[in-house]
Amino acid sequence: MRKCSLNKMDAVFAEIAKAGDLYLPACGHDGKAVYTKWQEGVCWSDAVNTVRSPKDFFFPQMENLVEFKTAGKNIDIIDIRDEKADFVVFGVRPCDVKSFEVLDRVFLQEPVDSYYASRREHGTVVSVACTKPVETCFCTTFGIDAAGACGDVTVWKTETEVFWQANTEKGETLLAKLEALTEACDESAVEDQQEKTHAIMNKLPLKDLSTESFGGGKTNEFFNAPEWKELSEACLGCGTCTFVCPTCQCYDIKDFNTGNGVVRFRCWDSCMYSDFTKMAHGNPRLTQLERFRQRFMHKLVYYPENNDGLFSCVGCGRCLAKCPISMNIVKVMKKIGGKENE
Amino acid sequence: MQKISREQLIDKAVSLLSNNTVEAVLGWKKGEFDYDVTPALFTSADKLAAEFVWDDFCGANFSKYLVKHTKKAEGKILVFLKPCDTYSFNQLLTEHRFDRDKVYAVGIPCDGMVDIDKIKTLCGEGIVAVDCTGDTLRVNTLYDDEKAINKEDVLAERCLHCKSKKHVAYDELLGEDGEVLASNRFDEIEKLEAMTPDERFAFWQNELSRCIRCNACRDVCPACTCEKCVFANPDSGVENKAAANSFEEKMFHIIRAFHVAGRCTDCGECSRVCPQNIPLHLLNRKFIKDINTFYGEYQAGAEVGSRAPLVDYTTEDVEPGEVFDRGDQDA
Repeated sequence: MRKCSLNKMDAVFAEIAKAGDLYLPACGHDGKAVYTKWQEGVCWSDAVNTVRSPKDFFFPQMENLVEFKTAGKNIDIIDIRDEKADFVVFGVRPCDVKSFEVLDRVFLQEPVDSYYASRREHGTVVSVACTKPVETCFCTTFGIDAAGACGDVTVWKTETEVFWQANTEKGETLLAKLEALTEACDESAVEDQQEKTHAIMNKLPLKDLSTESFGGGKTNEFFNAPEWKELSEACLGCGTCTFVCPTCQCYDIKDFNTGNGVVRFRCWDSCMYSDFTKMAHGNPRLTQLERFRQRFMHKLVYYPENNDGLFSCVGCGRCLAKCPISMNIVKVMKKIGGKENE
Repeated sequence: MQKISREQLIDKAVSLLSNNTVEAVLGWKKGEFDYDVTPALFTSADKLAAEFVWDDFCGANFSKYLVKHTKKAEGKILVFLKPCDTYSFNQLLTEHRFDRDKVYAVGIPCDGMVDIDKIKTLCGEGIVAVDCTGDTLRVNTLYDDEKAINKEDVLAERCLHCKSKKHVAYDELLGEDGEVLASNRFDEIEKLEAMTPDERFAFWQNELSRCIRCNACRDVCPACTCEKCVFANPDSGVENKAAANSFEEKMFHIIRAFHVAGRCTDCGECSRVCPQNIPLHLLNRKFIKDINTFYGEYQAGAEVGSRAPLVDYTTEDVEPGEVFDRGDQDA
């Protein structure tokens, strides 16, 4: 483990940014933390999390895939991929780091999504342990340690110092660059901080939320539950939950007419949207109830069924804070999950 | 604190349910925390007693839900309407969007709603309890002792510019009705108008660049009740799930603002629900101000059936050229 003084962080960021783009949560102009490309003057935010999750770095909301240009009878296929430069995402909370594992299982399984894979390969993730979790946090429900080590490098921040630990080869490479700016140290300060954070985690209002009732094989038990009607009743069918969610991974692929060809792009899609499952024969999800149910069944039943029990929620709490009608996965788990969550 | 109590509303709802005047009650339902209230349909006294909420966090405007609920209902739905909600209610009726006979509207006075984000800014993150039953709000967080804060300091933006405490529609009114207020809601618009075109462009560029195209503003908007929005219709040719560039970021919001021009009652739901805190209401309010300037004072939803200036021709109408010239000067 290594450490540096907190007031050295500008020099650290400058050093990291020499090798490629560095992004970190900084205070946006509306007062909320937002991932920002580091340059002189950009300050690392203390906020517990950003409104937009860091999934953008690996799975951007909109990305061009390929361009076709026609000239007479010829069609040129033009490679317009741009995910080829190394970058560092600094300050990722443990819940969001876990979300990358959820996304990896989707995009890195055969057939591998080469756009996502390439971004993952070029990106180094520096996590930062939580010190001030908030009431909407429930990462412990999904077995995440908010003060633990994860990502390529983990950083623990105290009032005056920053502690560093490499967890992977990529992490070692990054820390090697910071050798002159950091010094070796023991783990006692980090252990103290972890203890404090765990004490707060034990006071969180959602600490007892359990996944016990959920997981693979529960489709028949929950699919026709009468509770879905009441839960989905007020849903506006907007995409807020989906788009602030670090694990939602559905997308649409479309062609943009450029006049003499097309640019094929993909963009995030939302199962909450009315045309999400529209097919040639029509739409099997006719009302918001089916769309709403899909989102939660996917996270709590279908995904774990296909991924060794891993849930597709990391308890970051963004949907709790942002849903216009304050309906969210916690309320769903408590209502559908029965006794364990009463 | 709200002058009218939760118990008064529950009593009213229970009596109308029990004498079969209504079959369901559209109200606010208790959340996980003190501030995350959800719109819900209540059909029994037990449910109301257990889960109904009426406090400073009941900002949601129920008017638009009537479009959906009156289609399904056989009898009447009781809806509680705050003064600003009644304008949306009337506007939807003007557009024949729901069946008035299937609604029993109870007007309730509103003493302003608070914004949880402002409370977090003032008291810090980790809010575990907010008690708004007294003169001040008492806030408990995970990290601090209880704090007492003034409601005025955390009022929602739209309530700071409240245009009316008067109900323009109801079957029954609980408590006393208020007056249309001399609000200062156009102050912010004048600030925007005073900017140079470049400054104004930069302002909107900056705000709208944060848009994640979740469509929450559209989906909550009582003026947006198209069966199928062009932006969600794969056959429209302009379907647009994500903005490809900064032009498309602006296009969605500007087209939406044009579409609701003359129909937007300035209820402020768009800005309330925006996950990125974009002050979307300013776009609509600019249109309202311009309509007032060019066609005389007009408040959408003030009465049912009024002809909005933009869809009503009179020989006194301002010449388009004059509007154009004025627009040019403003620019």
